[in-house]
Amino acid sequence: MPPDAFARRYRVRKLTSGLMTFLCALSVVVALIPLAFILFFVLRQGVPALNWAFFTEMPKPVGETGGGMANAIVGTGILIGLAALVAVPIGVTCGVYITEFKTSRLSPAVRFAADILNGVPSIVIGVFAYAIAVLPFKRFSALAGGVALGVMMIPIIVRTTEELLALVPSSLREGALALGATRARAVATVILPAALPGIVTGVLVALARVAGETAPLLFTAFNNRFFSTSLDQPIGSLTVQIFTYAISPYEDWHRQAWAGATVLIAAVLLFSLLARAVTRRLERMHHG
Amino acid sequence: MAQSPTGRRQAGWADPLFRVGTGAVAVLVIAVVLGILAVLVNDSMLSVRKFGLSFWRTRVWDPVAGDFGALPFIWGTLYSSVLALLVAMPVALGIAIFLSELCPRWLRQPLAFLTELLAAIPSIVYGLWGIFVLAPAVRTLQVHTPDALRRTPFFSGPPLGVGMLAAALILAVMVIPFTATVAREILKAVPVSQREAAYALGATRWEAIRLAVHYGRIGILGAVMLGFGRALGETMAVTMVIGNNPQVALSLFAPQHTMAAVIANEFTEAADALYLNALVEIGLVLFLITVIINGLSRFLIWRMVRVRPTRVVAPVKVPLAA
Repeated sequence: MPPDAFARRYRVRKLTSGLMTFLCALSVVVALIPLAFILFFVLRQGVPALNWAFFTEMPKPVGETGGGMANAIVGTGILIGLAALVAVPIGVTCGVYITEFKTSRLSPAVRFAADILNGVPSIVIGVFAYAIAVLPFKRFSALAGGVALGVMMIPIIVRTTEELLALVPSSLREGALALGATRARAVATVILPAALPGIVTGVLVALARVAGETAPLLFTAFNNRFFSTSLDQPIGSLTVQIFTYAISPYEDWHRQAWAGATVLIAAVLLFSLLARAVTRRLERMHHG
Repeated sequence: MAQSPTGRRQAGWADPLFRVGTGAVAVLVIAVVLGILAVLVNDSMLSVRKFGLSFWRTRVWDPVAGDFGALPFIWGTLYSSVLALLVAMPVALGIAIFLSELCPRWLRQPLAFLTELLAAIPSIVYGLWGIFVLAPAVRTLQVHTPDALRRTPFFSGPPLGVGMLAAALILAVMVIPFTATVAREILKAVPVSQREAAYALGATRWEAIRLAVHYGRIGILGAVMLGFGRALGETMAVTMVIGNNPQVALSLFAPQHTMAAVIANEFTEAADALYLNALVEIGLVLFLITVIINGLSRFLIWRMVRVRPTRVVAPVKVPLAA
């Protein structure tokens, strides 16, 4: 190839390289635009709509303005509490099994099942919870909603536990075993405590995530415009209430839907940031 | 047998018991997945027996007459997910490449955190934003679409705002973080020697990146399928902007429906057993599709990350002043 043709070709290659590099950087911006847009609109519509009444008062009948979502906030609290009762014992134990018995034939199967469960659409989990926790008792209930959210939480907890147990230095485990501890004792008194702060944060993040779920609640916990704490009755939740208000024709309900969305987003953000901070501290602690 | 320092025998049953106990709980997770399958099969039998395969070829959805055909729903689900993927795939890949190959180190963590934040926003918030911000914006776009375009089947129909386009756009945004995060992991697993070899042969930066992407193509395909699986099952955000109208239409402007959306909308209204069974059958097929897609995606990703030679984690730095 003559030298100037070579130089020209090199210029084209350099140009392509620069252009594609630029496009890659641009795609980050493209993805962050909707994020900024959503956060901006939620805050702009939601923050002015937030007031004390939103947290303390009950929904007003159609046509009356004002009122709040006190029942739905308490409802969401109860639902995610129930979900944690279902998911934390199962998820953490499962995570312990996978990390402790890596060579077991069962471990990859369990990990695979958890991954599959993680990918099951939330609405399908709702159908499942309806069949096992609503149909037999012939009524929608907080308990059924808790089961649905709990099933969604299990794979998240399994994965978090597994990741955090892997961060525990093997010297700790070996030390415990060298002192003559049984495996169970090593896990209970040395390994789990070392990973505990991380696991607790992981659980909080999982809670924040399932607190934002709507689809599995539609026909398990259903909805309730009244204050209820009984587990065998339908119960309101922040998300289902937002949904009901969003598709309603009333201006004041739209306002409250935005307020609800602000509360949800704030919770999710808070927990995500907290988790990030704790995970980083743990990583630094264990790996310098 | 574990011996304590004093030489006394520790209880020999503790370890096996621990293993069996935790194992039993672990098996529970497998049981839940199988349980979901069993419930879905059991509760859709009426509809499966009555309609057979024609259920998936029929367009009629008439609960009053007891005629059920799910073609519009599976069409809407696949169409919206494929459209979303077409938008999301290049963006997600761009993000993955930027974060793993080009980004300055100090910017990497914050940017990764922000993109992953997209996955943390609840579906219902996306839906709320979709109804009140995106749908009106899409309607403006539709009103200003040139007539020549609107005569084509892709852009026909009245400008409603809600419809396939709004749903696909919102799905694309929701899917990006999933694909981007996994694709980034895959690129991280590509040996540094691949890039070094490319540079040594005189490649430009982009040519070296292309090589790395090519090396990781199987895993990246897995990442894309993971996003696809997410899009298929997404419920709330889609049902709030797609218009919930069961029809098979090519038009991006037409209000349509999806499998997840119809279950969310009609499950509590399903008064008779056949209606309920038809909805559960849609759920069953949605479950099977997502399980297959996710299983395949996981397999592809695992294949890619597993074959990674362990040494590349700490690349040997070539001293410049040698």
